[in-house]
Amino acid sequence: MSETKQEFKVEVKNLTKYFGDLHVLNDISFNIKKGEFVCVVGPTGCGKTTFLNLLTRIYTPTKGDLYIDGEPADPKKHNLAFVFQEPSSVPWLTVEQNLRFGLEIKKLDKKEIDERVNNIISLLGLEKFRDSYPHQLSVSTAQRIIIGRAFAMNPDLLLMDEPYGQMDVKLRFYLEDEVIRLWKKLGSTVVFITHNIEEAVYLAERILILTNKPATIKEEVIVDLPRPRDVVSPEFVEIRKHVTDQIKWW
Amino acid sequence: MDEKKIRLKLENISQSFVVNNEVQDAVSDVSLEVYDNEFLVLLGPGHCGKSVLLNIIGGLEKPVSGNLYLDGEKLSGSDTRISMVFQRLALMPWKTVMGNVEFGPQIAGIDKATRRKNAQKYIDLVGLTGFEKSYPNQLSGGMKQRVGIARAYATNPEILLMDEPFGQLDAQTRYAMEEEIQRIWQQEKRTIIFVTNNIEEAVYLGDRIILLSECPATVKQIYDVNLPRPRNTIDPEFLRIRKEVSENTDLAL
Repeated sequence: MSETKQEFKVEVKNLTKYFGDLHVLNDISFNIKKGEFVCVVGPTGCGKTTFLNLLTRIYTPTKGDLYIDGEPADPKKHNLAFVFQEPSSVPWLTVEQNLRFGLEIKKLDKKEIDERVNNIISLLGLEKFRDSYPHQLSVSTAQRIIIGRAFAMNPDLLLMDEPYGQMDVKLRFYLEDEVIRLWKKLGSTVVFITHNIEEAVYLAERILILTNKPATIKEEVIVDLPRPRDVVSPEFVEIRKHVTDQIKWW
Repeated sequence: MDEKKIRLKLENISQSFVVNNEVQDAVSDVSLEVYDNEFLVLLGPGHCGKSVLLNIIGGLEKPVSGNLYLDGEKLSGSDTRISMVFQRLALMPWKTVMGNVEFGPQIAGIDKATRRKNAQKYIDLVGLTGFEKSYPNQLSGGMKQRVGIARAYATNPEILLMDEPFGQLDAQTRYAMEEEIQRIWQQEKRTIIFVTNNIEEAVYLGDRIILLSECPATVKQIYDVNLPRPRNTIDPEFLRIRKEVSENTDLAL
């Protein structure tokens, strides 16, 4: 038993949340391996955001808990990085200063910060925007900075809440390829929440499908397709269709 | 040959703005024809000038050059035969669903009984029966946009303009609303000009897709989408067309 425990970076046990009488999450348990890319999908309004807020410790669970490396998750101790749907860069800092921001708070030494920031800037190909301010960037570029910033933290757990929500297919695939590149290069453990099933199948090694409120895990789907994935291949379409059928309410 | 009846005609439309003392072209020499009862999609990358083009059709702004014809007759400024659904809803928060939907006809001086009956018809059509007395802040995002659609229909326009109406909705609500708008259009045929930057949405909805280039907007290509409705977003032919359009679209990073 203790042996299997070692394999998991993150363990979620019996996570339950009530707001007053409103039962939002019901007894959710799952594990994430180190370096795994997990997508969470579910019907609109099913409690995905509450779920994320519990993982980040913004909310405390009514019952159950979250463990990182076998210890209860603690934002003071563990690195929990977060990417929101809306770009959340600090407007008065340049791109480089935004990337440095979290690392400086964590009091890493300058050499380490320089190294990580330069690495991210080159991985994203954003050299020419190094000294730009967020308002000078397009929404998609601003979002790429935030994603870079999150990866730069070498997080124990990187949580992404629909970062490409309103972007078009073409741009989305470009950015999704980029996120996969960062993930592969840096070996981060990622939980990615999305409404978009095609996106989930494109990105994930494993998809967790949530039910309607009170949300619980309905099914786990392993996506074992080679990358880059071909969205028109029959295998891809088959998985996409299966997941859609599980959550379709419209 | 079945000649399609031309409803609206755009002839060499160009639009420019002065930004920081420099002239910037937003739309450059766009000519196109819109057929009767057609679902026409204007597709283009972000900030390519597609909303500007729609605003010109709606008479909300005047082009620097070019002409517009509705049924062969030259248009100047806004026209009651053309109605618009906005991305940012533009509902009046102090009015109920009924109040919002009957507003246009009320301003036009239509008597209460007639306009109520008409408004009710379109409230029913968009699936908001029972919410007539609700205020916008009591509705979800998808429901608010249904009000916008009912309001546009209630003025009885011949041409409906829709400016990224589902741009603010989540992916699932968006699919639901795309199905809805298609159903509504099939039930109450109108000529619809629908602006979007979403390729999948364009292929799902359009009889024809006008693909616009990056700013300034020019017509890059026109696609006829001959798939049966309702369309299936994971059908191989659908995915093939989506891919074809995607590869021809400019990536706006």
